[in-house]
Formats: sequence, structure tokens, C-alpha cells
Amino acid sequence: MSQAGNSAAFVEFERVQKSYDGETLVVKDLNLSMPKGEFLTMLGPSGSGKTTCLMMLAGFETATHGAIRLDGVSINDIPPHKRGIGMVFQNYALFPHMTVAENLSFPLEVRKMGKSLREEKVKRALEMVQMGDFGGRRPAQLSGGQQQRIALARALVFEPELVLMDEPLGALDKQLRETLQFEITNLAHDLGITVVYVTHDQTEALTMSDRVAVFDDGRIQQLAPPDELYEKPQNSFVAQFIGENNTLDGVVQEIRGDTCIVKLDSGDVIDAVPVNVANVGDRTLVSIRPERVEFDKSRLQEGAHTLKAEVLEFIYMGDIFRTRLRVAGRDDFIIKTRNAPDQVRLEPGQQIDIGWLAEDCRALDA
Amino acid sequence: MSEQVLAADGRPLKSSLNRALRRQKMRALMLIAPLLLFIMLTFVIPIGQMLFRSVENQIVGNTIPKTVAALAAWDADQNEAPDETVFQALFYDMFVAAEAKEHTKLGSRLNYEQAGISSLFRKSGRSLSDIGELYQDAFEDLNPAWGDGAFWFDLMNDNGGAIASGLMIQQRDRLKRLTSADISLDVDFALRGDIAQALPLTAQQYASWALYTANVDNDVIAEETPWEAVYAALADDLRDPEAGARLAAYDGPGADSLLAALAIVPDIAAPSYKDAFAEIDSGWLEPRVWQTIQTYSPPFTPGYFLNSIDLEQTPNGIEWRPENQQIYLTLFWRTLVMSLTITGSCILLGYPVAWMLANLPARTANLLMILVLLPFWTSLLVRTSAWKVLLQDQGVINSLLVWIGLVADDNRLSLINNATGTIIAMTHILLPFMILPLYSVLKTIPPSYLRAAKSLGATNWTAFWRVYFPQSIPGIGAGSILCFILSIGYYITPEIVGGTRGVFISNRIAYHISTSLNWGLAAALGAILLAAVLLLYWAYDRIVGIDNVKLGG
Ligand SMILES: Nc1ncnc2c1ncn2[C@@H]1O[C@H](COP(=O)(O)OP(=O)(O)OP(=O)(O)O)[C@@H](O)[C@H]1O
Ligand SMILES: [Mg+2]
Repeated sequence: MSQAGNSAAFVEFERVQKSYDGETLVVKDLNLSMPKGEFLTMLGPSGSGKTTCLMMLAGFETATHGAIRLDGVSINDIPPHKRGIGMVFQNYALFPHMTVAENLSFPLEVRKMGKSLREEKVKRALEMVQMGDFGGRRPAQLSGGQQQRIALARALVFEPELVLMDEPLGALDKQLRETLQFEITNLAHDLGITVVYVTHDQTEALTMSDRVAVFDDGRIQQLAPPDELYEKPQNSFVAQFIGENNTLDGVVQEIRGDTCIVKLDSGDVIDAVPVNVANVGDRTLVSIRPERVEFDKSRLQEGAHTLKAEVLEFIYMGDIFRTRLRVAGRDDFIIKTRNAPDQVRLEPGQQIDIGWLAEDCRALDA
Repeated sequence: MSEQVLAADGRPLKSSLNRALRRQKMRALMLIAPLLLFIMLTFVIPIGQMLFRSVENQIVGNTIPKTVAALAAWDADQNEAPDETVFQALFYDMFVAAEAKEHTKLGSRLNYEQAGISSLFRKSGRSLSDIGELYQDAFEDLNPAWGDGAFWFDLMNDNGGAIASGLMIQQRDRLKRLTSADISLDVDFALRGDIAQALPLTAQQYASWALYTANVDNDVIAEETPWEAVYAALADDLRDPEAGARLAAYDGPGADSLLAALAIVPDIAAPSYKDAFAEIDSGWLEPRVWQTIQTYSPPFTPGYFLNSIDLEQTPNGIEWRPENQQIYLTLFWRTLVMSLTITGSCILLGYPVAWMLANLPARTANLLMILVLLPFWTSLLVRTSAWKVLLQDQGVINSLLVWIGLVADDNRLSLINNATGTIIAMTHILLPFMILPLYSVLKTIPPSYLRAAKSLGATNWTAFWRVYFPQSIPGIGAGSILCFILSIGYYITPEIVGGTRGVFISNRIAYHISTSLNWGLAAALGAILLAAVLLLYWAYDRIVGIDNVKLGG
């Protein structure tokens, strides 16, 4: 959120609120600022207000409060068709009574573009999404992935600077989704367009975006690049929502600069980084990624706290081993180890000591 | 070349499949059989019969068969009444028809084609026996036995010789065709062959009378005096130049009496049949009457259909009916134009409502839907009558307009008993039939299309016109077909609010069915209406495609 109010901001939400029924706020105090050319993903559970934000930006919903600015100009009072924002809908919304070429030509026609220019642009857009031969077909004669490509081409053909995509790949199978993710990011970077992308698939969000805004309950819980989001979650919601995560409950015992000591409910004591705990005595949720847990004492820091653990289950997953442990009274503690020649395979029933670098263990709000 | 694929049991796959499908089809047929039967009995057959009436014209040939036969030789172009043979045939035909009280029906039928014929027939039927009575009196004066039923019976009935059964069968058939009464009873009488040869006409008439008396009047033939036509036939037979020779060859019962009668026949003072008919009504001498009878003699006629489009059959071919009688083309045209107008106003009024219903939250939409359906819960008659109250000169709407000052008090709008009234009331009544299919189609168009169009830069209007509207055409099509077909055959509302200038063809059909009783014309008009609807349906299919009609989903 360091960029809020930045003069270089291309898209800017400032203290935006939205209520449909006048009783509950669906979007609460949204602040967001995007530079030109950024690929930003809104990620969050269902009903968290992602689509609503997108619709406000596109102009189909009005903000109850606050300002939305595009290139420094407030667009609250600009009707949707004058905003010049490309949009890809979840169900593609290709016009069924027009051919693919007519669909693509539509935004150019309403812009009163000449016929030859139109045809050329349509052709180029179709080639861009590798659908050059499909101009004469109707949307119903295309597969889901092909329709998706056409929808993308249609949103790009009139060369908008900002493109919004609302779960554009939601209806596709995994493999196709991955291909298209790759194509979309490439296109976006090649064309230099700014993209706001909505999804609730976290892998999609992490692999595609420059930055990810994690939504929950009408607020942005964290806005950060993917690696930061994964490694340095700002609160327990983000930690749990993104990736696999081990959590332990406890109380802050001592804060010493950028480390703190947490006394777990089981009585054990561990080291952690205080993220959003302020005072000694606060309840906290400690979060450790499974791949950051060590059970080889030699790789731990001198004097680091360790915990006793019992191996419950060993799962061979090919590239990694996944081992379930009982730790501090909980038996859902997971560790992941790389399948390497020298890697130890833990046996169920084995008693081990586990530990981690203090910086990998984050004490978050409970 | 594809090889024949075999099923597991070695039969060709195709025939196995067909067998399996046939069983399915049979089962499906069994399920709909009751409905099919019901529809056949109550709908298809009556309508088929009704449509058959539009070309059927057997009444002329059935009622006056001899006349029709005799008239075939008459040349209508001569512009002269036919000669005595035709009138003679008419006399015998009419006599039986009048006894069976069928002649007035024929009169009414022919009256559709030419005004005045009905009264001609009615009048003549009453006076026919007077003609026969002249002869009867003359014969009875000669010999009272001629007035005796038993004498006649002896003269005609079987006494062991040859039987003229062909003539009996012929007469029986003729009576069967003439009257709906039961003529099938076996009578206690058989016509003798020799008398049928000696007195052919008399034998015919007597047989006819005998069959009728025994079957319909339930009298004993031997105890009744035959009807007057038999005496006339006797006189005609005896007047025949061959009569002397025939009687000479005859030696059956009553031969002497017949010879005696033969002697007095030339002295009987009786007018010719032609003069007799002319005496009853000089109308019989008008060639026009005979032209009509001749034109409508065949058992099937295009006449009703011609009349339905203001044409008529004349001796000179098919011609326009007189200007003042041309009404049907105007009516058809008016029906078409007004139905289209009504359908159009239903679209204009219904589309926004359907749009609103489709875009409102479900709860509100359901509530409003009840308002749309509300008219269905009140009687059609009540709704139409309500319009009468609203639209009349001193009615609510006019008074309101006067009160506002839009219309001068002495210049109130005439909104009823004309086309305007019909259009207003029918639009109101048919509106739900437009809104419902339209609504169900609009409901299936996701709002994201409009949003997509706007995000692509289309104004509200362009987005609607280029994206939303084309997708709603199936709904408009369904609603329009429904409204148009309903309105083209509508009857009650135009009848009540239409006056004379706002009625439809269906009102005329109803008039012919229940008032003028010209069912043939009504059937022809109905058939044309049906054909028009089918034609329009076909045209719609060709232009828009019937697959494009959606009633929802
Ligand atoms: N038109 C509307 N009228 C009333 N409430 C709405 C409307 N659209 C959305 N909501 C409510 O607003 C909240 C946020 O909806 P939104 O569609 O923005 O969620 P989302 O994050 O896009 O969810 P998803 O991932 O399921 O698409 C939800 O609780 C939803 O019920
Ligand atoms: Mg959504």
C-alpha cells in the first residue's frame, strides 16, 4: 500500500465502499493503486467482493462512497462505454448471433472505424490468439478454450489500456487453463496493457501476476508480489489462504526486536518473527510453511528451540515426500522434503525433533 | 461402400434397431391414443366435415334430380326459359320434394346465389297439388274407381308376373337422397313389370308414393288414394303418342279402365306445366332463375369459395359480384391489417414490460407477473364490456380528455364501434400472449451480453439494438404468431366493440353459421382463413425459421 496516492498511479481506488442493499458493506474501504502496465490479480474466497470491485471499475456498479480514478481522472460519472476498458467475462459473453469476426469487429464498428481498417485489426487480433481460421464461425461452434481466446481477442482488439478479466479461465480444465495463463501473461506483457485479473485459484494468481491483492470480507488483506505473499503473509488469513501452512496456537512471551518467543498451548516454547502481534501476552497464531521445517539438527541455528514430534504418516508423492507429524498436541502438522538421494525417509512411529529458522516462523494475529 | 453391420444375433443392425424403435413408437402411440381419439372425434372430423361443406352442393341434384337432368340440354345463352320437358320434370321433382318438405331447403340454398328464389320455391310447393287435382277430378268423374286406393293397388301390384324391381330400387334411392327420413322399410308392394312398361311415368310416381306412404306416413298402401302427381303422371302417360299401342299390348288388371281413360285424356282442360308454373309465379319464366339452377346443379361447386372472395359463377364464366355486394375481400383485408396492427401494438406495449419483468429481482417480477396474468382471471366478456364503458362517447376516457381540455366537449373522440375500439380492446386482451413468451425468452438472455457490449464501447441504445434485441427476436416471433393467429380468428371482442367498421371476417362467419345459415359460405370463409394462417406460418418459417420460435428455456 506504499504506492497509494502515487502520482504515477494508473488505476486508483481511494476509500471505496460499496453496498448493494444499504445494510451491509460488500466492499469496505478499498484502497488500491496500480501503475501502468501492471498485472494485478484479485484473489479471494467466494463472495469477498472481487467481482464487485471489477464492476465498479468497469462502470456497471457505482461506488457507494469513495473515488475511482483512471489515469488521474475520476471516472465515477463516466458511463461504461466511454471508459475504454476491455473486459473479459467469466462466461465469455460472446454475442451468439454474430460470427467470431463480427464479435471482434463490434467494438471497432461502434468506434466508427473504417471497414478495411476494421478487417485488418480483426485479422490481427485473431492471429494474436492463434484463431486466424475461425473468423466465420459462431461462438456456439467453438470449444470452451477457443471461446475464451476469442473473448480475449475481443477485449483487446480496440486496444484498451486497461483490461479487466473476471475468472476468465474458471470453466476450463487444468491443462488448458495453464496454457492460457501463459498466453494471457505473455500477451499482456507484449502489449504493455494494464490488467486487473480476478480469480480464486491461488496458483493462477501466483504464477501470473506482478502483484496479488488478497481479498476477504470486502477488504484487501494483503497486496504484494507473489513471493512476498507466500513467504511473508501479513496475517493469518493470508497465511492460511495461500499455499499449505502449519499453524500452532500460543501466547507471546517475549518480544526482542525482530524476533519473539511464543509459548505454545502445549507448553513448548518456539522462536518466531512478530508480524502483527504487538504486546507480550497477546494470543497468536504461529505459521510455518511445511517445506521450511527441519528435522536435521545440524541444519538448525545454535540454540534454536526445537519441538518433539512423532511421525504419523509418510506419503511418497514423487518429487516430494510429505510427512504428517504429531506436534504440540496437534496431529495435522505437515512437513515436505525434497526427493533427493541423501534424503531421509521417516518411518511412522519414529520420534524426532523439529525446528526452523526463526525468520520462517511468523507470529500472526490469532 | 459401407458394409452391412450385423447385430449380435446376426440380423442386420439396422433392422434390429428399427424393431426396437418400433416397439418404442408403439408404446408412445398407445400413450397418446386417448388424446388422439378425442381430437379426432371432436376436432378433426367435425372440421373436416365443415370444410367439406364449403364445396358440397348435393342438395340440388338430390332434391330435383330429373330437372337437373332435363336442364343439362338447356342452353343458358339463349336467354329464354326452358321448354315444357324441364317444367314437367320440375313438377314431379318438386311434388315429391314438397311432400317431404325439402323444397324450401333447396329454395334457401339457391337463394344464396340469387335473391328471390326462396319464395319462388315456397310458393310453388303449396300449389303443385292443384295441378294434379285437375287430372284426378277428371279421372274420378270418368270412373269413381280411380279414387279408390285398392283399385290402384290392384293395377300396380304384383300378381305373379314379372317384377319391375329396378324401378323400385331407383325410386327408393331417390327418396333416400331427398329426405333424412328412414326409407329402408320393406313395403308390402311390388311393382309389376307389364304396367311399368305400359305406364312408365305413372309406375314411377306410384312407386315413389307407395314407398313414401308406407315408410314415412306408415299407411297401408292398398287403402290410400295416391297423391295427385300420380294422376298427372297417368295423364302424361296416356297423352303419349305411343300410349295407344302400349295399352293394346297390356292385358293386366284395369286394362279396360285405362282404355276408357285414354279416350278422355285429350278432353281434359289443363294448362301445360310451363303455364302452370308461370301461373304460380312468373319468376319461373326468368332465364336467370334457370341459369342459377343449372350453374349449381353439379354435386360439388366452387361457388362458395368464389363468393368468399366476392366473385360469382355466371353463365358467362366467373365474374365480380355486384359492387354493393362485395364485402369479403374488404373484410379479409381489414382482418389482416387490424391483426397486424394489434400484433404490432402488442409488441410495442409488451416488450418494455417483458424487459422490466426479466430484469427485476425475482420477487418483484413474480408480483408483477400476477398483474400481467390478472386479465386471465376475469371473463373475456367482462373485460370487453369494460372497454365499452371506458371508450364510449360519454365514457371515462372521453370525459377525462374533455376535462383536461385536450378534446372539445362537442367533439368527443369516437373510440368505440369502429376499428379503433377493436384495436384498443384486442390489444389489451392479447397483451399477455405477447408478454409471456417474450418474458420467458428475455429471461434467458444473460445481462452480461449488454455489459459486454457496453464495455466494448457501445452506447446503451447500440448495445440494446445490436446485441440484446437480435437475441430477443425468437420471443417476439413466438408472441407475434400467438397474437396474430389469435386475433385473426377473434370474434367476441370485435362483435361487442367493433360496430360495423371494426368487425372481422370471423364475425361474418359467425353470422353465416347462426343467422343466415349459409354454412357452405361460412365453411369456405373459414377454409380461406385457415389457409391464410397456414400460409403466413409457412412464410414466417421461411423468413425467420420456426426453430427460432421459443416459448422459453
Ligand atoms: N447485484 C447484487 N445485489 C446484491 N448483492 C450482490 C450483488 N452482487 C453481488 N452481491 C453480493 O456482494 C457480495 C460480493 O459479491 P461478488 O460478486 O463481488 O463476490 P466475488 O468475490 O466476485 O465472489 P466469486 O468468487 O464467487 O465470484 C456477495 O455477498 C454477493 O452476495
Ligand atoms: Mg465473482
